[in-house]
Amino acid sequence: MSVTLATVSYVGATILFILSLGGLSHPETSRRGNLYGMIGMTIAVLATVFGPQVTSAGYGWIIGAMVVGACIGVFAARTVKMTQMPELVALMHSLVGLAAVLVGFANYIDPAAAGQFQGAEKTIHEIEIYVGILIGAVTFSGSIIAFGKLSGKISGKPVLLPARHWINLAGLLIVVYFGREFLHAHSLSEGMTPLVVMTAVSLLFGIHMVMAIGGADMPVVVSMLNSYSGWAAAATGFMLNNDLLIVTGALVGSSGAILSYIMCKAMNRHFISVIAGGFGTEGGTPAASSGTQPAGEVVAVSAAETADLLREAKNVIIVPGYGMAVAQAQHTVYEITKFLREKGVNVRFGIHPVAGRMPGHMNVLLAEAKVPYDIVLEMDELNDDFPNTDVAMVIGANDIVNPAAQDDPGSPIAGMPVLEVWKAKISIVMKRSMASGYAGVDNPLFYKENNRMLFGDAKKMLDEVQAALKG
Amino acid sequence: MPLTIGVPRETAAGEKRVATVPEVVEKLIKLGFSVALESGAGTAANFSDESYRAAGAEVFDTATKLWAAADVVFKVRAPTAEEVALMHEGQTLISFVWPAQNAELMQQLAARKVTVLAIDSLPRMLSRAQKMDALTSMAGISGYRAVVEAAGAFGRFFNGQVTAAGKIPPAKVFVAGAGVAGLAAIGTAVGLGAIVRANDTRAEVADQVVSMGGEFVKVDYEEEGSGGGGYAKVMSEGFQQAQREMYAKQAREVDIIITTALIPGKPAPRLITAEMVQSMKPGSVIVDMAAEQGGNCELTEPGQVVVKHGVTIIGHTDLVSRLATQSSTLYSTNLFRLTEELCKNKDGVINVNMEDDAIRGLTVIKDGTITWPPPPLTLPAPPPPKPTAAAKPAEKKGGHGHGGGGEQSSAQSVAITFLVGAALFWFIGANAPAAFIGHFTVFVLACFIGYMVIWNVTPALHTPLMSVTNAISSIIAIGALVQVAPPLTEGGLERPETWIVSLAVVSIALVAINMFGGFAVTQRMLEMFRKN
Repeated sequence: MSVTLATVSYVGATILFILSLGGLSHPETSRRGNLYGMIGMTIAVLATVFGPQVTSAGYGWIIGAMVVGACIGVFAARTVKMTQMPELVALMHSLVGLAAVLVGFANYIDPAAAGQFQGAEKTIHEIEIYVGILIGAVTFSGSIIAFGKLSGKISGKPVLLPARHWINLAGLLIVVYFGREFLHAHSLSEGMTPLVVMTAVSLLFGIHMVMAIGGADMPVVVSMLNSYSGWAAAATGFMLNNDLLIVTGALVGSSGAILSYIMCKAMNRHFISVIAGGFGTEGGTPAASSGTQPAGEVVAVSAAETADLLREAKNVIIVPGYGMAVAQAQHTVYEITKFLREKGVNVRFGIHPVAGRMPGHMNVLLAEAKVPYDIVLEMDELNDDFPNTDVAMVIGANDIVNPAAQDDPGSPIAGMPVLEVWKAKISIVMKRSMASGYAGVDNPLFYKENNRMLFGDAKKMLDEVQAALKG
Repeated sequence: MPLTIGVPRETAAGEKRVATVPEVVEKLIKLGFSVALESGAGTAANFSDESYRAAGAEVFDTATKLWAAADVVFKVRAPTAEEVALMHEGQTLISFVWPAQNAELMQQLAARKVTVLAIDSLPRMLSRAQKMDALTSMAGISGYRAVVEAAGAFGRFFNGQVTAAGKIPPAKVFVAGAGVAGLAAIGTAVGLGAIVRANDTRAEVADQVVSMGGEFVKVDYEEEGSGGGGYAKVMSEGFQQAQREMYAKQAREVDIIITTALIPGKPAPRLITAEMVQSMKPGSVIVDMAAEQGGNCELTEPGQVVVKHGVTIIGHTDLVSRLATQSSTLYSTNLFRLTEELCKNKDGVINVNMEDDAIRGLTVIKDGTITWPPPPLTLPAPPPPKPTAAAKPAEKKGGHGHGGGGEQSSAQSVAITFLVGAALFWFIGANAPAAFIGHFTVFVLACFIGYMVIWNVTPALHTPLMSVTNAISSIIAIGALVQVAPPLTEGGLERPETWIVSLAVVSIALVAINMFGGFAVTQRMLEMFRKN
């Protein structure tokens, strides 16, 4: 295959990737979008393999590695539970990060790649290698930690080292210093030391950064790492002079960045403050100092009473949160929904952008449970409908339905957009205990006159509600 | 030992209600009680003895036997002297009592060494108590019935209609007093299609009136009329003058007036004078729901329907009883909720827990000792004023350490971003070689395309978006592919073949996991999204 043909194939692949992302604008076109992505990837890989840069000597290696990876990948994709999606995505990000690191090293020790540059070009090429490995390493270690936190292997609580901002700053200075050393290195072995030190520092930085972030901020972290994996690919593209990699990396990078932005906005937090540390530091003090202990009493109800309330309602909005995912209750939720809808009850779902542990997590869980997507609505779409709602049922969510975000300027979550479930005639909150949410803020909703609490494991309680409904 | 709940027949003239309906009998039995009924107790409310028997109640043929058998008696009206004579020590009575108005009855009851829970003494401000609030449920019924009575006496449609013969205007209804009964009346009249106006001295109910579909008519005078406990209070002379003018104006305009104005412990305020009645259109109707307390209208005759100056004035005092089936059902449900509170263990034994605010308020006689009036209720303190509530919006934004955020600083940050961006571009343009600039251009444009495309993605698909972009970022495989076996370059520099190939092969394997796994899992997810 000639150089021009390979380049044209790359252009084709680029277009397909853009169409692929464009297809996701609607569920109906999304499957086609994914197909475009696959075709684009196939074209890109084939064009490379049969292109001028690969000789037939490598085919064996390539096919072997691809087959091994494909088997693992497809197996993982088949077996993963939808509640584990955030973990899987985090783990996959780490693979991209690691690959970027390895490709960077391989490129550096390849004399053929380095030999073709002189002067400023050589400097830029080396910066590209350096930056590529840096981003790759941060993505890799950060994603591994995110995976650990999401899968519960590491505690979700933010781990805050003393003077952590200074540690980060010191890390940055070390990276910059060794970057200079790296550029001034005259031989391969001289340059290797700063490169390895920098990689180690970056890995530590990635670990430190994600360790400091609390569970509720995970959607931001996951989408941020998504973004990083894109930038790592783009940096690799610069290193290899490959436009396809640059374009694709930029697409992925900006996609992740936008998602991070949306998530931050949904929590009314600045990106920097999310990255700089968890809620724990700030959350504790204002919640205590504002001293606004919610007044009123908590009214607990049984599953049977919940069933009665649901049966007599005309409009029901269900607000799911991470608790539903933890309890794997989405199928029961759908059974109840189906039953009520057959009785003519208008049941809809209200999804907060940061419900769950990654963007769109709740939508996927509900889709898995066969809930039709046209009754699953975004916060902005149905927040105005709560006053006309008979029952708002909150399943395993807390901060995203906290009226303090609107009423109490002293609250750590003040200004965060929330689902206004308290405006419904009756709200029922399903929760294991009165414990506060990830933000560590007491929820005045529980003390409202029209609120009822249904204590217990979401799955168990919903099973009982379902039994009571049908009985 | 489980207690027996006894339900006697109401003896007051014209009283058709019964304190327990068969449906509630079943529920009481589930709580562990046995239920006894005086024969014919439910007849006037259309509940036969058989239906009670079917629900599990025992039917006694005389009142004497019933009172003797019952440990707890459920009644509607306060007991008569004869009924008090039938009571025995240790018995518990739950009914309307009105302890303030019936001091003599209270003494008689205390002498019998019984326990009395007066459903009318329920502390209404407790939200927990709402389910037992019989005053509210009865008031709602009477409000409904008042409109039905008015409709019966009124010679026209309530709703406006356009018929082939011509247009009929809707009836205009004015409701004086927007308590529970007033609001129910507003809702019922609106439901029939009338134009409804309402007034109340408590300005805070205006929203409730509007929410029922009515129009709130203000009195043109500044005074707060809320007298605590959700009731109204007596207003000043100046206010009353203004109020009279407003009523006079409404009387001239509307077809139906429903008055519900009551002040606890005082005769009903005279709102509608004889002149106002005279000024009304012939055929108009006044329903005076305060007739029992003397009436809101000067010409009302309690218990009677009279026609004066061509206006029908309805003074029924038994509006609730006129809807006996409904009111019995609601009343008995209120009593059932109370019983639930009294019998938390569901073992058929009641526990009059004087520590409980709601039950303390209800209990007017405990084992022969008069415990009325109860000590003032210690309601949970209202939330203290929030110290930061007055903070300016600008402070609010910057208030929790997330950095500045006012309009000004955002304009500044835009300017800074532009400057930094411009400096960066200038630096790159001045120093970078041509080849880099080419890639840089592609990179920047791709970022913008990504930006535009991603904003179109529906939030519901954010997870698939992440997994598909993750799969696409496997394009980094190309970087590894080109290093596995590149064509030999001229000059033949020595290449650390083993290292490079192993690094590249490992990378390919890793990325392949991502590539295949990512697309496969995205496909799996997207297939789940289905339309209804």
